[in-house]
Amino acid sequence: MSRSLLRTISIPIAAVVFGLVIGAILILTQNASPGTAYKALLVGGAGDSDAVLRTLQKATPLIFGGLAVAFAFKAGMFNIGGQGQLLVGAVFAAGVGFGIDGLPLVIHLPVALLAGGIAGAVWGGIAGTLKATTGAHEVIVTIMLNFVAGNLTDWLAANPWKDNSGSNIVARTPLVEDSAVIPTFGAVPVGFLLAVITAITCWMILERTTFGFEVKSVGNNRHAADYAGIRVGRIMALTMAVAGLLAGLGGAVESLGVDGRFEAGVNVGLGFEGITIALLARANPLGVVPAALLVGLMEAGAARMQFKAGVAPELIDVIQALILFFVAAPIILRWVLRMRHDASEQLQLGAGWGRS
Amino acid sequence: MSEILLGAHDVSKRFPGVLANNQVSLQLERGRILALLGENGAGKSTLVNILFGMYRPDEGHVIIKGERVDLRGPDDAISRGIGMVHQHFQLVPPMRVVENIVLGAEPVLRGLVDLGEARRRVIELSRRYGLEIDPDAVVEDLPVGMQQRVEILKALYRNADVLIMDEPTGVLTPQEADHLLGVLRELTQTGLGVVFITHKLREVLAVADDIVVLRNGEVVGQTTPGETSENGLAEMMVGRSVMLRVDKSVAEPGDVVLELEKLSVEDDRGQIALNEVSFEVREGEILGVAGVEGNGQRELVEAITGLRGLSSGLMKIGSDEFTSGSTRQIAEKGVAHIPEDREKHGLIGVYSLEENSVLNRYHRKPFSLRGFLRRDVIKRHAEGVVDEFDVRTPSTSVPASSLSGGNKQKLIVGREFSDDIDLLVAAQPTRGIDIGAIEFIHRRILDQRDKGTAVLLVSAELDEILGLSDRIAVLYDGELMDVLDAEDSNREKIGLLMAGITDSKSSA
Repeated sequence: MSRSLLRTISIPIAAVVFGLVIGAILILTQNASPGTAYKALLVGGAGDSDAVLRTLQKATPLIFGGLAVAFAFKAGMFNIGGQGQLLVGAVFAAGVGFGIDGLPLVIHLPVALLAGGIAGAVWGGIAGTLKATTGAHEVIVTIMLNFVAGNLTDWLAANPWKDNSGSNIVARTPLVEDSAVIPTFGAVPVGFLLAVITAITCWMILERTTFGFEVKSVGNNRHAADYAGIRVGRIMALTMAVAGLLAGLGGAVESLGVDGRFEAGVNVGLGFEGITIALLARANPLGVVPAALLVGLMEAGAARMQFKAGVAPELIDVIQALILFFVAAPIILRWVLRMRHDASEQLQLGAGWGRS
Repeated sequence: MSEILLGAHDVSKRFPGVLANNQVSLQLERGRILALLGENGAGKSTLVNILFGMYRPDEGHVIIKGERVDLRGPDDAISRGIGMVHQHFQLVPPMRVVENIVLGAEPVLRGLVDLGEARRRVIELSRRYGLEIDPDAVVEDLPVGMQQRVEILKALYRNADVLIMDEPTGVLTPQEADHLLGVLRELTQTGLGVVFITHKLREVLAVADDIVVLRNGEVVGQTTPGETSENGLAEMMVGRSVMLRVDKSVAEPGDVVLELEKLSVEDDRGQIALNEVSFEVREGEILGVAGVEGNGQRELVEAITGLRGLSSGLMKIGSDEFTSGSTRQIAEKGVAHIPEDREKHGLIGVYSLEENSVLNRYHRKPFSLRGFLRRDVIKRHAEGVVDEFDVRTPSTSVPASSLSGGNKQKLIVGREFSDDIDLLVAAQPTRGIDIGAIEFIHRRILDQRDKGTAVLLVSAELDEILGLSDRIAVLYDGELMDVLDAEDSNREKIGLLMAGITDSKSSA
């Protein structure tokens, strides 16, 4: 059991190590010291309680975004739409957050979170339903829906839901009511706890429920799922809705826990990082948490690294890209680490005629 | 002694966990047919892939025309005169015959493909070897036997003097198969050597000059048709004496369980694949469906089990009528399905044996409760199936993909038989599995019949149909040609029906 776990996590860990090693070489080319830079990164991301809070806050939407991609992976679908689902989740959570007052926190906050989740679920569900009914590829549809969501949320923040207080000229909503703000206990934001609980719930659903069994059956062998009496299209649509719900919750937590409102342009890119997280976690919902923490820590510490070691913060993006590259191309790592391939991989050889 | 065209000398090949070939040696002489016989997993494919340059041997070497060679790839083998006809044809269906034949070795004139020259050469070639074919026909319009001829011509065009034929008769009617054997015999007259891979004993005895039998990667016997018999060969293949025929009692048919009324079904491309087919299957009988593959059998099975919609007609299972039905609705009527393609439909490779043992039952009690799977109950169920159906596995938690073909099939059969069933739809239930597992599964299917289950058996193996069925239906081009009683049918009669020839047509 532990052996197989080791095998599973060896590739992501090796990818991180390789990414950092190549990152160190790049730091050297900038005439900086990798030791100083990485130490600053670590201190900036985990050195004191403020740093930890920053890391956890950065990691929270990444967990949701990672889960949104990982869950869809389980049904064999590639959800590129985390960005759009997160945006609609963020704007509708903010809308409910500032638009209703007079509710106690125990009601207002969950309702606002749920509004974000449902908005995301609808957004993801559109792609899933189109896939199930017309065969439209979810990658194309979710990419396009990202643009739609981006413009829709910009418009909402600039027009009907705009914050008209004082001399505001920014496209943003008013601050949400206090009763819709996610509280913080010490260094641990409640949003992060919610994210971890959500990750565990996702794992439970996938491993323990009949719905999870259906999702994984569709992902692993659609024909066998069909044979088993599973309604493949329905599962695809539902899976994308769940994925959207997860991303939408991530957006809601951003609005209600970090920014206090929705502001156009603030959350850009968060949804896409979910893809990195999901790949680094090898689509395992429990693996999403450490993967998001790692990336969150790097982002939280980047400013300090720039300040202390004079390294451009973009280096963090380069290291992330390298990690993703090594995770996605494990054959390079296997070759370096002399790891054995699975027999099935070894047997794949070209066959036949016509190449003389 | 005549020239050795192709040989293997003490060839060994190891894959992770298996010794696929262990010091295998064989020799093919000019003008002879060498039959390579063995069960699935005996190492035939590995050996042939080594001879054709796709794998390199770990030990030993390949000999071509007396010369020790180190093949760098299939191209190398082809340039040395080795031609191979794969079991699954490597043709470009929308292209013409001549284009397919010259593809990759086209005659060139001023930088362009010289199709006129290509056509001339193809016609010349087909005359020389007596393999008549229309060079301008589009390959996908040709019958399977003709497509195979294109493959053979492709090899001859590349000046092959050795032809490796991998399971060439699997896709043919008995008459087409006999014709192919005749063609191969004639080709050897012109000096070719043929390596003929098969698991059909009758063909080996009919056509081979030399027979090499492989078992567990080793050569276990070399013989000639004159020195052996079907039973002798089977014993060599399996390593013990086997029953080639199953004993069965007389059927006692009861009520009608499955009734089809003018059932029409379309294939994936929207063409009619099954045209107004009507028949019935009763309790306690086995209705065999014979036919060359691709004549509507797959669509028939998929329609009955709910995987494919009906375009017209009616289906009655027990007292329930269906014009459309989901897989699950039909399964709940007591219909079990052994699917034709166990990797595609029957199993999920990454799932454990436990999960696969409830693949189409996970949602029912006792395997789940209020939406949650009951892992302990599922595990006990899987252990029961593994025990009763003799699935050889180290544990029930390993992925199904780690099992051999025969054990996968036993797992599926075990799963499908673990309920009380009224109708069993068994499609190619013993395809690609070892003789021991075949015997076992045949026995279990007969037991089901004797318990009163109605059985619809679809198989491309005529021997299987003849051995198990009580009545035999023959499909040709989506039409039901006839339904015969097993007692008045024989190989020839069914073979003619499989080719679409009825008495009325032949007398006309």
